[in-house]
Amino acid sequence: MGYLAYSVAGPTSVAGIVGLYLLLTGSGESFNVGRFLEESSPYLWAMTGIGLCIGLSVLGAAWGIFVTGASILGGGVRAPRIRTKNLIRCAGKVYSMVPILIKYNSIIFCEVVAIYGVIMSIVFSSKVVSIPETELYTASNYYTGFSLFWGGLTVGTCNLLCGVAVGIAGSTAAIGDAADPTLFVKILIIEVFASIMGLFGLIVGLLVSGKAQTFEGL
Amino acid sequence: MEALFFNVNTGYLEGIVRGYKAGILTQNQYASLTQCETIEDFRMQLSSTDYGNFLANEPLPISTSTINDKATQILVDQFNHLRNNSVEPLSTFLDYMTYAYMIDNVILLITGTLHERDTHELLERCHPLGVFDTMPALCVATNVEELYQSVLVETPLAPYFRDCLSASDLDDLNIEIIRNTLYKAYLEDFHAFCLSVGGPTADRMSRILQFEADRRTINITINSFGTELSKEQRARLYPVIGRLFPDGNNALAKADDPEQVKLVCENMVPEYRGFFDTSSSRSNGTATDELATSAAYAAALENNFFQMEVNLNKESFLQQFQYSVFYSYIKLKEHEIRSIGWIAECIAQNARDRINDFIPIF
Repeated sequence: MGYLAYSVAGPTSVAGIVGLYLLLTGSGESFNVGRFLEESSPYLWAMTGIGLCIGLSVLGAAWGIFVTGASILGGGVRAPRIRTKNLIRCAGKVYSMVPILIKYNSIIFCEVVAIYGVIMSIVFSSKVVSIPETELYTASNYYTGFSLFWGGLTVGTCNLLCGVAVGIAGSTAAIGDAADPTLFVKILIIEVFASIMGLFGLIVGLLVSGKAQTFEGL
Repeated sequence: MEALFFNVNTGYLEGIVRGYKAGILTQNQYASLTQCETIEDFRMQLSSTDYGNFLANEPLPISTSTINDKATQILVDQFNHLRNNSVEPLSTFLDYMTYAYMIDNVILLITGTLHERDTHELLERCHPLGVFDTMPALCVATNVEELYQSVLVETPLAPYFRDCLSASDLDDLNIEIIRNTLYKAYLEDFHAFCLSVGGPTADRMSRILQFEADRRTINITINSFGTELSKEQRARLYPVIGRLFPDGNNALAKADDPEQVKLVCENMVPEYRGFFDTSSSRSNGTATDELATSAAYAAALENNFFQMEVNLNKESFLQQFQYSVFYSYIKLKEHEIRSIGWIAECIAQNARDRINDFIPIF
């Protein structure tokens, strides 16, 4: 709780002081969201979006893998048969890996999440082309920048939460499987539901960025 | 939230302890154990369970105490493995678990010394989980002050001893008071620690520890009838964490006979209602002699307590990402060792009719 309190209270008080300073010194108009959005480069938005997309996805996958991995290792000491099955819980290549999926579940489910992030980042970065600065500030380029940013944030956040969900469900599944092998298939279904949530983010991310043009000059 | 970070430090050990738990004997295994004709058969049957060949190198005939010792040794090895691999706050949690055994050992040693038993024999009988370095020195102490100053001040039990220092002489009654005071302080301290860990650990552990506290309260009350322990002294021995606290404790402090204890418990905690029923019906039907009645009463009560404890500990395993599985595993395993010891004893003494008087876990 301490960290949360500091991380909320710190920026809030700084923002409050700056805001009051601007207001009381008669320059309150310099706090202008519209101008900030207009003047910041579309490249900034696009690149930040791509970074958030892959970064948050990998964070989610890594988190899921460590949560589930620790339990698989511990549970595997007395029930070694669970280790290959539960590998699935972390990976991301859903389609090409269906046969393996059935055998190696937990780790692969988590890993899949990172792969969603990679795919989306590749799609996003294909829209980024270098053009002269004078031709950069057009309506189409603004749209591309913003859609890549928010698309990336959508995909990244979805994948982060999906990875954590798969990780926790997978950890429980590994332990349940270790105790009673007949539970494996039943619990796997719950894990599949968790891992599908990442796919939702991927789809929305594709739709959001699909209408954006590649950066183009006049 | 604990699910997010619990596994960083404790996920592996939790997996291991759940693996250990899968090795606890099942109903079927108990059934085949009770079919054994001799201790030899018994050993054969046990070797197909999680115990493996732990008795393989023992010379025949195997005594039941050897079986007990060896099984306890397995438990101690497992506990030490967990303890050595753990980090804060789990390591403190596991340390707290050993304090209960330390208290038992301390009491065992000073009682033994009082009755002038052989020191080595006493040290061998101590529970290996509660061993500490200065333990042999306990045998020379003659009063509480000395005991505290020379030995216990170095151990983790020192803070618990603060309330006992007023009792000056070591006699049987005082030792019993010391034991209960120590245990009260220990339970309260452990409970506070579990609450400070928070989350599901606090939730599960406080249920287990509250039951433990209530059990002690009821036992102290029942055992104090007919002794020279005054009611004020008795009330001071009750732990202040149980579900009976505070109303039930106050009422129990005023109770004069087992019937009142029964009434108080049944009114305060509905779950405890069943505990006293079997005992009363059984004692009314079979034994008219007052002494036999109270003995049967206590035995049945104890049995019901065990049943409840096993149930509570089994429930711990239904929740993940918390520490009470470690506590519960050790308790269940101890319980299982008691059951094995009982079966072995029945086989050795050819007391077939009582062989099923144990409480199976799964």
